[in-house]
Amino acid sequence: MKTRLPIAWLQLKHEKTRLLVAIFGISFAVVLMFMQLGFRSALFESAVGMHSSLQGEIVLISPRSVALIAMKPFTERRLYQAAAVDGVESVSPIYVEPAIWKNPTNPSKTRNIRVYGIKPSDRVFNLPGISENIEFLKQPDVVLFDRGSRKEFGPVVKLFQQNKSVTTEVEVRNITVVGLFQLGVTFGSDGTLVTSDLNFLRIFAERRHSGLIDIGLIKLKPGVEVAPVLATLRAVLPKDVQVLSKQEYKDFEVNYWNGSTPIGFTFTLGVVMGFLVGTIIVYQILYTDVADHLSEYATLKAIGYRDSYFLSLVFQSALILASLGFLPGFAIAWSAYGLTRSSTLLPLFMQVDRSLFVLILTMIMCFISGAIAIRKLQQADPADVL
Amino acid sequence: MFQEPVIRIQNLSHYYGQGVLRKQILFDINLNIYPGEIVLMTGPSGSGKTTLISLIGALRSAQYGSLNVLGQELVRASQSALVKIRRKAGYIFQAHNLLSFLTAQQNVEMAIKLQAHPRHVERQAQNILKAVGLGHRFHYYPDNLSGGQKQRVAIARALVNMPKLVLADEPTAALDKQSGRDVVEIMQKLAKEQGSTIVLVTHDNRILDIADRIVQIEDGYLFTSDPLQQSAKSLKQSS
Repeated sequence: MKTRLPIAWLQLKHEKTRLLVAIFGISFAVVLMFMQLGFRSALFESAVGMHSSLQGEIVLISPRSVALIAMKPFTERRLYQAAAVDGVESVSPIYVEPAIWKNPTNPSKTRNIRVYGIKPSDRVFNLPGISENIEFLKQPDVVLFDRGSRKEFGPVVKLFQQNKSVTTEVEVRNITVVGLFQLGVTFGSDGTLVTSDLNFLRIFAERRHSGLIDIGLIKLKPGVEVAPVLATLRAVLPKDVQVLSKQEYKDFEVNYWNGSTPIGFTFTLGVVMGFLVGTIIVYQILYTDVADHLSEYATLKAIGYRDSYFLSLVFQSALILASLGFLPGFAIAWSAYGLTRSSTLLPLFMQVDRSLFVLILTMIMCFISGAIAIRKLQQADPADVL
Repeated sequence: MFQEPVIRIQNLSHYYGQGVLRKQILFDINLNIYPGEIVLMTGPSGSGKTTLISLIGALRSAQYGSLNVLGQELVRASQSALVKIRRKAGYIFQAHNLLSFLTAQQNVEMAIKLQAHPRHVERQAQNILKAVGLGHRFHYYPDNLSGGQKQRVAIARALVNMPKLVLADEPTAALDKQSGRDVVEIMQKLAKEQGSTIVLVTHDNRILDIADRIVQIEDGYLFTSDPLQQSAKSLKQSS
């Protein structure tokens, strides 16, 4: 039955206050879902900031490494063995350690900072500021500082931009900041330095002469398929080293935070709670809306409209309310994301797939709530519902 | 008088509630209504008249006895059979039951759209509204219409599809004497023009004169029934 009159829309807009309240409620549920999904996503994104920037397809780590905060080194011989495998263009070692950083303007204040050591002649991290400043790392006792580090490390960026160099102590070594790059905070570390392999070993005296590295980056020749090389490496290299694709390495890190710490559980719980609350709010709104119009629907049923007509009315109402509630919710979430980014430095960005997911979920929740409310009309005689 | 009845009711009973609270509302109703008749159903409140007319209009499911309306048996009938009768009969509710978010014209259009092949929907709506004297109120919302005007919209909606059967449940209940009179006369005129049968439930004594026949319902029992039986009885008496 074609309806020339947009009944669902006319019904909704007839009571403007009620419509506004409904839209407000649905927007709230939308914002809630966006925030919870966003936080969880940002957590995982930030945890693999370095991983995503790696300029290679395959990674070697020790099987005893748990996550970036707890790396066990392995012999660099494995990396050079890998270099001989067919399809491999180049290899590059990466060192990782936490260090004590002294605040340059307030030396009594110290904080843990993560230090990466890489070969300045290799292309390792595709992060803004690395390639521009990598040459400077060929000097002794110099580092590059992450702009995205928390301000508790001191006004390093400001000082650097004024004086062109910042000097402080890392572990017990005096070093100078000779450049800035952009990475950002993550749950494992809120400050990062990148330096050369030689400077790294100067800072971390106990790592000298050990021949042990933390991550081995393997770059393949252009056009070479990753899977076969992965298989070859896994066959050729002994079990004292783990061979992962770049994606597998990202998953490895994410799984640690997701599964082995309270953080993952907390954020997943947050998502679940957000969705539950959102569902309850939407259900209340749609159910009440349909229930309050039930006697009007009953009149239509009494003059001869079928049950299927009302289901399609509920569907239209759900579509309209979900869309109208989604738009302001989306806008509010967007600005909330921006606010969160600036205060926590977490990479919280709106994404198309997340937006679509929330929109469709909201519509489904609206429709199911309305469909449940309309059952009363379908099960009863119209005379009883009038 | 020797036509097929439009409504044939035999031994119809109806109950409300379930289990311990079950109450019988209609007791063994027998009634025939013939084409073109205007039949008034009167009786005190709670007598079962609204129940009976809602059963005839397929607004309630009949379970016990036989209820044949416009050739369709309604006792234990399927959903689609009930829907068919709802569309064939024009029902005027106790409380006009207009949709508050639609104008007078749009309310009437809702009935027009139930036609098999609706054509000139707007014009049909406007014509019938003019016929009930609401030519200047097409685009008014129910909130801006008087009680009598709302009831006239309800009549327009019920009659626009030219139903063979018109069922009205206390159409004059909330109206003053003049409006009530007007409303009933419009119904009578349109129904006669269309050759419809009217069944009207009322306990308004002021309009009893329009009836061809009056049946009384009290405590679920029907008094006065088939005019055919009446004639047969008087024939028997005279012989």
